[in-house]
Amino acid sequence: MLGAMDAAQAIGDLKEISPQVRDVVVIAPDGATAGSSLADEPAAARLADGAKRLLEAAEELRPGVAQLEAATTGGSVFVVRDGERLIAATTTPEPTVGLVFYDLKTCLRSIEEQPEPGRDPAPAKDKAEDAAA
Amino acid sequence: MPPRKLVTGALLAAGSLVGSVLLRRRAARKRERVDLYADDGSMHSFGEGTAEAERLLPIAHELLAL
Repeated sequence: MLGAMDAAQAIGDLKEISPQVRDVVVIAPDGATAGSSLADEPAAARLADGAKRLLEAAEELRPGVAQLEAATTGGSVFVVRDGERLIAATTTPEPTVGLVFYDLKTCLRSIEEQPEPGRDPAPAKDKAEDAAA
Repeated sequence: MPPRKLVTGALLAAGSLVGSVLLRRRAARKRERVDLYADDGSMHSFGEGTAEAERLLPIAHELLAL
């Protein structure tokens, strides 16, 4: 399970670098809300639930969906899957799509990279090998 | 035809062409759509009016109203 502060920090960074992003929610593998930019918890839960429904419906239409953008005149909804975790965001209309996807993935991965309590962080050598792969 | 009139006509035609391309692009951006990106790198885009978009866009509208 993710630490709430870890996700909060990552979401704070995302909001700072990407002004197009309005609301964000990170969904843990068990389906629980791991973090959100929404102070209102029921609203965060509704965003998480809607993002899961959106991805499930998309998956039924086209199996193997890794990410999606639903663009409307009022803004866009982005959902990105990385393994079992999800991140979903709403944005202003006509966002820079590639940039939003990149920022959402970076946010999700920065949360994953947080070392678990009692576990040593991965050696620098392994990280360099991962980067080269 | 005098060369000056020819140049003016060509410039007007080019301007109209550029203007229509920009208007079409702007109109296309304003259409609602859903883009699905698969693990294999492929992308499917469903514009408003398609069965796929009609299923997904209401959920997006719901989330944007939060």
